[in-house]
Amino acid sequence: MDHDRRTLLKRAAGAAAVLAVALLEPMRALAAAWNKEAFAAKNPSDALKGIGIADTVASNDLLIDAPQIAENGAVVPVEITSNIPNTTSIAVVIDKNPFPLAGKFDFMEGALPFVKVNLKMGETSAVRVVATAGGRNYVASKDIKVTIGGCGG
Amino acid sequence: MRIVLCTAVFAAALSPALAQDAKTEIQKYQRMINEDSPAELYAIEGETLWKKKAGPRNVSLEQCDLGLGPGVLKGAYARLPRYFPDADRVMDLETRLLYCMTTLQGRTHEEATKRVFGNDDQPSEMEYLSAYVASQSRGMKMEPGTTHPKEKAAFELGRELFFHRAGTWDFSCASCHGTEGQRIRMQDLPVLYKPAYARHVIATWPAYRVSNSQFKTMQWRVNDCYRQMRMPEPTFGSDATVALITFLTVTGEGEPYAGPGTKR
Amino acid sequence: MATGPMKMRATLGQAYTDVRVLMSHPMETGQRKGPDGNLVPAHFIQNVTVKVNGKVVVDGQISQAVSRNPVFSFRLKGGAKGDKIEVSWLDNKGETDSAEATVA
Repeated sequence: MDHDRRTLLKRAAGAAAVLAVALLEPMRALAAAWNKEAFAAKNPSDALKGIGIADTVASNDLLIDAPQIAENGAVVPVEITSNIPNTTSIAVVIDKNPFPLAGKFDFMEGALPFVKVNLKMGETSAVRVVATAGGRNYVASKDIKVTIGGCGG
Repeated sequence: MRIVLCTAVFAAALSPALAQDAKTEIQKYQRMINEDSPAELYAIEGETLWKKKAGPRNVSLEQCDLGLGPGVLKGAYARLPRYFPDADRVMDLETRLLYCMTTLQGRTHEEATKRVFGNDDQPSEMEYLSAYVASQSRGMKMEPGTTHPKEKAAFELGRELFFHRAGTWDFSCASCHGTEGQRIRMQDLPVLYKPAYARHVIATWPAYRVSNSQFKTMQWRVNDCYRQMRMPEPTFGSDATVALITFLTVTGEGEPYAGPGTKR
Repeated sequence: MATGPMKMRATLGQAYTDVRVLMSHPMETGQRKGPDGNLVPAHFIQNVTVKVNGKVVVDGQISQAVSRNPVFSFRLKGGAKGDKIEVSWLDNKGETDSAEATVA
């Protein structure tokens, strides 16, 4: 009796542990691996190379909606819309940030190539957005001035 | 002439067209950061705190009377500050919350005021509770108390304090907020004794403040202004702070409460 | 384990479903000095995933350049009332959180 019970308990504990890991795993398993190299790049072109982007062509169908002046660089709201057909990915690069790559969003069936995100900008800089569509890369850029508000905060 | 750290800068450096562009873009910034605000998350925590049993009496704040009856939250913030007969004084939101903490929950004044202003790693109870209570007044007209003699007295004292110059720099609130067309760096300074300017300000505090990455309350705002004026620190919830908040709220009354949102 | 609550809402519109997400996270860059004078270690969200009825539709990698207490907006298409939307995040310490909303 004891032997069976112990085995049952061991199996239950094992199952619980597996279940706990299994709950965490989907997030880790499904999420694209975090591109450490690209995010550690210290200049915009290395950052883009790190995510496989070399050549880009300017596009008027890639829209950046953001204020030209940010009262505080800690939160700079940027809304990005790609009207380029078959856009599968949007990357955001803040040229003058110490680590320019701020994000890369992959879009699958069911999502529009759109994202609004709040960014940290260390100083006035161009914010560059690169959209990947049909194997080509398109770019749009917007200059955003960063100020320190009021009495220094 | 004293050299002041934050001198009001006149718009002479910018051409009128450029100044207007800057203003439009700043307004856009303010609108975009306010679209979805972390203030909502503070309100969620605030609701939990409101319902949490605490203090020697081990009761929650749920029976706290914010002016519309025990536990009535909807619209309560929009009617503050106001006179409370049980305390026989005019109270703003935070002073009233403190009153409920001490009278309902049996907490000491010292304990309840030990950490009224938090930091980004650990916000204070007052900040969470203020976010929650204020969120229950969204869309409602700001209508502080103005008829009771003590409410009138608070308004008058607040106005006096607003214009009273003191401290090492001989500043008053009016030094920055008393003249049209002034700004500090890129921020246009609202002339707070004029309703047209005060209304928007009153309708948007308390708020999540980008400059601090934190939720900030009106008592904090008054405290920080005094610090910026190089004046002695006002006591939390004092008659002076409540008077100033009363003066500002009454001056800016009538606007539907638009917060709690995000500000610079 | 999150440092605070997470909130989201999903609203069905004419052209798309509007998804708004509020996250609690310090998004520490690792370059800031704390009150004790030492650098506060980097602690930030690296992955953000949006799922519709269990299927991933947005897969985002982000850096410490995203603001503290991140706020995101996404747009979904082809959806209907009652769809289950889930947004989850994973940070550099392996911590995770998620929020769900039903399209209204």
